[in-house]
Amino acid sequence: MRAPEITKDAKPGQFLELKVSETGEPFLRRPISINSIDGDLVTIIFAVKGKGTELLSKVEVGKKIDIMGPLGKGVFEVQEYNNVAIIGGGLGSYPLYELTKRLKGKTSINVYLGFRDKSVVTCEKEFEEIGVNKLVIATDDGSYKEKGFAIDFMKKDIEEHMVDRIFACGPTPMLRAIKKYAEENNIPCQVSLEERMGCGIGACLGCAVKVKEDGNEVYKHVCKDGPVFFAKDVDF
Amino acid sequence: MNTQVNLCGIKMKNPVTVASGTFGYGREYADYIDLNRLGGIITKGTSLKPRMGNPSPRICEVPGGMLNSIGLQNPGVEYFAENDLPWLRKFDTKIIVNACGSTIDEYVELCRILNKLDIDGVELNLSCPNVKAGCLAFGTTYEGVKEVTSQVKKVLTDKPLIVKLTPNVTDITLPAKGAEDAGADGVSGINTLLGMKIDIDKKRPVLANNTGGFSGPGIRSIGVRMVYQMSKAISIPILGMGGITNGDDAIEYMLAGATAVSIGSSNFADPETSIKTIEGIEKYMKKHNIEDINSIIGTVQMN
Repeated sequence: MRAPEITKDAKPGQFLELKVSETGEPFLRRPISINSIDGDLVTIIFAVKGKGTELLSKVEVGKKIDIMGPLGKGVFEVQEYNNVAIIGGGLGSYPLYELTKRLKGKTSINVYLGFRDKSVVTCEKEFEEIGVNKLVIATDDGSYKEKGFAIDFMKKDIEEHMVDRIFACGPTPMLRAIKKYAEENNIPCQVSLEERMGCGIGACLGCAVKVKEDGNEVYKHVCKDGPVFFAKDVDF
Repeated sequence: MNTQVNLCGIKMKNPVTVASGTFGYGREYADYIDLNRLGGIITKGTSLKPRMGNPSPRICEVPGGMLNSIGLQNPGVEYFAENDLPWLRKFDTKIIVNACGSTIDEYVELCRILNKLDIDGVELNLSCPNVKAGCLAFGTTYEGVKEVTSQVKKVLTDKPLIVKLTPNVTDITLPAKGAEDAGADGVSGINTLLGMKIDIDKKRPVLANNTGGFSGPGIRSIGVRMVYQMSKAISIPILGMGGITNGDDAIEYMLAGATAVSIGSSNFADPETSIKTIEGIEKYMKKHNIEDINSIIGTVQMN
């Protein structure tokens, strides 16, 4: 999508709120993470899961759509590191692409992408073209490349070679396992969280996540305070 | 062309406000619209002490709108007065604070504080369906509404009091009369309708709190009907709301008897809904040669 107002400020981890219907049905916008920024083009990748994404998948080339964004104050930190591990599961792999591009040249990067099976593996070529230290593609059933969970391949590599940051995006059970591992090994870890959203800008307080703040538990909001949080701070 | 209305002493430049809980304390939407254009802003439900709110999931989409069970998460009245109110006051719009509590004492204590703040009015939330204690407990009967309203009136001496009513009753005119008889300056409604959505794979409700308030275009016809019923039963002004998405919807509420209206969850679908509603009202007035918007209030002709 050509959207210079969005691409000029967009940071890795941010998302867009797309209006999918003019009729008011479905009622809410669809929050979708940014996959890539290239000049004034912004790319998103989504799976058709329901009515909203189905309508979005039928938008014709050349048509204008109503988008709010880039949204989210919690983003992946792009800076100099020694070694980083970037780990994605399924649809969660896509937002990590822009991050990987921006980290290129700033650190050694290992990327671990896990998918259910061969049929849902996407973006492999794009990640390959960035040219990272190591790219592992794993499928749960072994129908493509490595068999097993992405996290296990990451753990094995980290045991041999410590990293100073983990970036993760994917299904909640995977993120929980990564949070646990990062805490046990004292590795700073940023995770991108998902929650059902209303407004996308922090007004409706719908997408609440429990966060530790000065020793107290408070609810923060994925859309405004996230979607990226430090794993140690969030209880999800 | 006059779009000014007087909602129980609150003189607004136009009848369009934004509904409590859908607009935070205004900051989030200031990036998207000019708050100066609004007739008024009803703040997020605010309590005496900070409230943490309910666990997630707090919202889900349903046909015709959405369910929410936020649980009145808010930073408390002290924080609001120090941090949000001075900022809100920079805008040329009326500020009405939505006040919520769990006991009559809490409502009274809160309104004692609100009475001294630089605000234009108080909307008493007797109708939140998502908080177990208080709120809804007082809001469903004539006696309950009358009791809490009259206690609050004793301390809220300097601000207009609007009582927000729930549609989760058999006859909304009864709590509305309770508010009027206790000296309320106006009523507002409807709040959300209690709903539930079940995830059929998990065989559990989607919302962590199991049930939530239904809002959106799907409740509009219920809201219009209830505003009409109230307008026939009471003589204090009504702030009408429920599923308004544009000027035409707002006009429906005004014909039914609302002096002013609130835009609720449609703010989420489109942050410009309130502005488009103001423009839509003006367009309607031009089309029908209406000089003064007040001339249409409650003028629906029944079949």
